[in-house]
Amino acid sequence: MLVETQARGAVRIDGLAKRFGDTTVLDGIDLDIVAGEFVTILGPSGCGKSTLLRIVAGLETETAGSVSIDGAPMKGLAPNARDIAMVFQSYALYPHLTVAENIAVPLRMRQLTPMQRLLGLAPRAVRGSIGAEVQSVAAMLRIESLLPRRPAQLSGGQKQRVALARAMVRRPRVFLMDEPLSNLDAELRVHMRAEIAQLHRQLGATFLYVTHDQVEAMTMSDRVAVIMGGRLQQVASPDVLYRDPDTLAVAQFVGTPRINVLAGGRLGLQAAQVAVRPERLQAHGLGLAPPPQAGQGIEGRLVYRENLGSDLFLHVEVPGVPAALIARADPAAGETFAIGDRLVLAVDPRHVLSFDAAGKRIRP
Amino acid sequence: MSGVRLSPVARVLRHLVLMTGTVAMLGPFVVMLMTSFKPKAEIFAPKFHLLPHSWGGTENYITALTQVPLLHFLLNGAIVTAAIFLLQVLVNMPAAYALAKRRFRGRDTMFATVLVCLLIPYQAIALPLYILFFSTGILDTYASLVLPFTISVFGIFLMRQFFLGVPDDLIDAARVDGMSEYRIVWGVMAPTAMPALIAFGIFSVVAHWNDYFWPLIAVASQELYTPPMGIAFLKQNGEGTAYGPLMAAATIVITPLVLAFLVAQRRFIEGITFTGLKG
Repeated sequence: MLVETQARGAVRIDGLAKRFGDTTVLDGIDLDIVAGEFVTILGPSGCGKSTLLRIVAGLETETAGSVSIDGAPMKGLAPNARDIAMVFQSYALYPHLTVAENIAVPLRMRQLTPMQRLLGLAPRAVRGSIGAEVQSVAAMLRIESLLPRRPAQLSGGQKQRVALARAMVRRPRVFLMDEPLSNLDAELRVHMRAEIAQLHRQLGATFLYVTHDQVEAMTMSDRVAVIMGGRLQQVASPDVLYRDPDTLAVAQFVGTPRINVLAGGRLGLQAAQVAVRPERLQAHGLGLAPPPQAGQGIEGRLVYRENLGSDLFLHVEVPGVPAALIARADPAAGETFAIGDRLVLAVDPRHVLSFDAAGKRIRP
Repeated sequence: MSGVRLSPVARVLRHLVLMTGTVAMLGPFVVMLMTSFKPKAEIFAPKFHLLPHSWGGTENYITALTQVPLLHFLLNGAIVTAAIFLLQVLVNMPAAYALAKRRFRGRDTMFATVLVCLLIPYQAIALPLYILFFSTGILDTYASLVLPFTISVFGIFLMRQFFLGVPDDLIDAARVDGMSEYRIVWGVMAPTAMPALIAFGIFSVVAHWNDYFWPLIAVASQELYTPPMGIAFLKQNGEGTAYGPLMAAATIVITPLVLAFLVAQRRFIEGITFTGLKG
């Protein structure tokens, strides 16, 4: 019943800027979101990503630029006139209402007149249809048993589901989600990640999802828009963002552990700075295996072994490089390395990313 | 409740302090109640007994209720305090919401003004108010008893402080759900603020039920007397030394307050346990 076949909810953000007094929070944001797409806005805290979402929602007004949904300009429209729904980090459930009443609020606000709401006199047919909608959404999120409870009696994960249900019940064109998972514990977060991604496929609506957690961005989205310091750095699929970043800042923000950064000269390259992912560095024990081609190996000392079970990360201190380089190794092979060992890190030149002094990518 | 373990001596001491306070505060009320049950002779007996030796309560209460229209005064008190509280809430809630949650030019100045107004004792403005009411011709009406108190600066301050703690997300969620600002005030903020509202209600009702100063100034006709004025009226009207009926009248006057407080107290605790605003 809730499954939409025809995709709607194309969002166009054009030259958007937001200033609070002298502080520029957002600057020249252009973003085109296809109907039905799952786009994540990723950035460190304070980068303006939540402000962007709030402007799309109509909770904040833009200083310059425009937002349109399905071609219609949104300027001056109240949040409820935009046909969007929003899920908040703190869930924002009405504490004095039961779960069922919470979910019904958006429908009651739309389908009943103020007088009917005040006197509690809803026409039987409307009341029935609201009840049915609430039931069907609750069934979809498997929270039927929670309907008579109050928010205070729910766990974090349950509150999150209720907040999702309240957003879904009005069948909006666009779902706006502001860090919806960051108040959940790690295990539940992984679970809800999968669930939200699945929900997106089921509903076919546009999802605009704000997070500072790059894992969430990488695992759930069709495309990721990275914002830093109020400016859009890059918009690309998670895969491209990881393999082919436009700036050093993006390369460093995406991926755990962090990408290794060196001066270009260390690898005999012209670029001011170069970066290599940990899985592209191969560690060899000095003296055991013959060092690879000259100029492509970096010599250092093993200072820390980080064993995650499936992966082993070797932290290698290299003279003249501020942060220890990290190389991924097979845990089985890594057994042979001990703290203090001297290692050579072999670099495949095809996987080295070059950047100019300003951090802009230099593509061959 | 408290996780701190106290030594036995400290526990005894704590109870001693609390009991002393209780006796000091409850004592006059007990004496009032007991005196209202005693016949006149016993009240003036040289030796004081707390408990009445012979029953004089019936006569005292009948005198209190018949010598002056005490029930009518009680009704006046109820009308006036209810009207005051209702109008106060009507003004308080939107004002507190605006001061706590809306961004607008001059908000801080306005709030500072509210704080300054907190410092003005209402006796100071009684005279100007009297003159104002005299010139508008509403002295000696219900309106003259109610109007001076409709804007409670204390109420605005109290509710504003409580509203500050309500998460902004909740208000934004209400806006996304399609609520107007007024609907947010009455449909989201008011139910959330129930404990604070009840606390304010207790302050307001007690203060205006017991108020003697302003009604004495504003009202002359007997039909508009409030309960405290009724007691004073009884004192003047009777022999002046009829302490039995006087204490009976005082007991009757405070009974609605005590009952209202007991009911509100339960709701008060309920309100606290049901505000699941965190997390």
